[in-house]
Amino acid sequence: MTSGPLSETRNLELKSLALRVREHIIGMATDGGCFIGASLSCADLLVYLYSEVLNISPERVRDPERDYLLLSKGHDVPALYGTLAELGYFPKERLKNHLKTNDAIYWHPNRAVPGVEFHSGSLGHLLSVSIGIAMDIKMRKTDNLVFVILGDGELNEGSIWEGMLTAAAYKLDNLIAIVDRNEFQANIRTEDLIPLEPLAPKFEAMGWNCLRMDGHNFNEMQNTFARFPFLKGRSLKPTVIIADTVRGKGLPSIEKRADRWFVNFTPNEVEMLLEELHGETSAALTSEPLMVR
Amino acid sequence: MKSYEEVLKECALADERLIVMTAENRAAIRTLPAQLGERFLDVGIAEQTMIGAAAGLALRGRIPIVHALATFLTLRAFEFIRDDVGIPHLPVKLVGGVPGFLSDANGPTHQAVEDISFMRGIPNMQVFAPADMEDLTSTLPAILNSTEPCYIRYPASTPTNIERTSHDIGKTEPIASGSDVVILTYGLLLREAIIARDILEREGISTGILDIRWLKPLDSGVVLDAVGSATLTVTLEDHFITGGLFSILSELLVRQGIMANVLPIALEDRWFKPALLHDVLEYEGFTGKQIAHRIQEYLLGRQLQVTTKYQKVMHHNLKVTVT
Repeated sequence: MTSGPLSETRNLELKSLALRVREHIIGMATDGGCFIGASLSCADLLVYLYSEVLNISPERVRDPERDYLLLSKGHDVPALYGTLAELGYFPKERLKNHLKTNDAIYWHPNRAVPGVEFHSGSLGHLLSVSIGIAMDIKMRKTDNLVFVILGDGELNEGSIWEGMLTAAAYKLDNLIAIVDRNEFQANIRTEDLIPLEPLAPKFEAMGWNCLRMDGHNFNEMQNTFARFPFLKGRSLKPTVIIADTVRGKGLPSIEKRADRWFVNFTPNEVEMLLEELHGETSAALTSEPLMVR
Repeated sequence: MKSYEEVLKECALADERLIVMTAENRAAIRTLPAQLGERFLDVGIAEQTMIGAAAGLALRGRIPIVHALATFLTLRAFEFIRDDVGIPHLPVKLVGGVPGFLSDANGPTHQAVEDISFMRGIPNMQVFAPADMEDLTSTLPAILNSTEPCYIRYPASTPTNIERTSHDIGKTEPIASGSDVVILTYGLLLREAIIARDILEREGISTGILDIRWLKPLDSGVVLDAVGSATLTVTLEDHFITGGLFSILSELLVRQGIMANVLPIALEDRWFKPALLHDVLEYEGFTGKQIAHRIQEYLLGRQLQVTTKYQKVMHHNLKVTVT
């Protein structure tokens, strides 16, 4: 984990990397499509974690002392695949095999792909899997950390709260849950269905440290993670970070849209969205607005 | 004889990969927290978290042995078992307490009478239903050494006093041979099958018994030989008729293209009357005596469609009735 403020050069490098990851995500949103909204909301988080926080590299994906990152809301996996491909965990060309039977890259994480720690798809599972990993790390007395990305909609699942209690009971200060707080679940705003706010006090009452940050601002992420070693040393509690994000971040024409959860764009629309991503013309989308999976 | 927890303790002390877990059900493992220290993990009444955490531990090279009542384990946590143990094919051992009739008077919420159906439906999941502690404890080291996921139907404490020839994974134990009837059973009801056999033999009906015990992998060759050498095959189980041994046998016979007379004795699409075990057996018609009677009734009822061998059974039966 890095310390001190992020240099302007590094900040620009991360932004550039995040842009490339978003290009990959948009590229996967055609010819079968993908869950684009949630992928775009957590792209900056994954870029930051893999670049600045996680003690892991393509050569160390089996190292027992690596840091772990698990995607519990697995439908955002295009963001993970884009990040892993950019950082050299597997060739970028493989992303073109998205949904193809000649590869192993589909709509949810597959641990057959290098860098993917565990599969997911059914919500509410990987907090408990992360707890098991964190428990074993504690038993072996090593310093590695376990990160698990939760969706905010996923917090509806009872198993999350079950796991929260257990993690606190076992004082898993090596466990960090990050909530991608993009304020949407599949079809609706979280606050219009099962309101989550005030969210931080809920986690604190469960016995976790809770931090909140802008999930698209690398400087703010740096400041937030700088506090983690301090919290870990002082509290013996697991930590949750609420990352405030925007569904569809980077593409104004689909941002914060309830009907752009899963999309399957035409190749022409993908071209337009790539232009939009780079701040050029906004895309005129004609595809069916909502395809429920 | 060593108890389950003694054998588990010995195995765990000899192999640091083993982690004993429970969702706050310590009936079978009360002394282990002190013996195993941090390798004993009680996650609280949280079966889903227990299975997920077991998967996480297994990813790190551990072999978790998890304990909960069979219903809560196989039903509450089913999707976690399927997704987090089954899909990644992890060596997690699932021990379900008070399965089948052993839930006594707890009522239908506690009646694990579909657990075999659920567990065997998961690819690679082994399913072991020993008839007594001796069989469980003798087989346990092999199960813990295996890298396969395994569901264990935790048995009753009453011994059957059977000398077994093998404790290998997937081996069915022939208990008795017989040419007229063969009873295929597992777990608690083996004792009743033995009583039923004594009654049938006294009536002149030659009766064999297979202690199936491994529902998956099934010892198909031994089962097919037994079915082929008897006139009537009886499947006897404290499980719904759907998805258990009767289904397993039916699938095997259809796949092999074999016709056979099969009498299933199981729970017919309903939960059983909650009561103390001996009363449950009596009420539901699963005592050895009732089982023998049901088999005799079936033999009589099928009189018109008999084979030569079957007529021999009927002849015996009638002779007994006349005298």
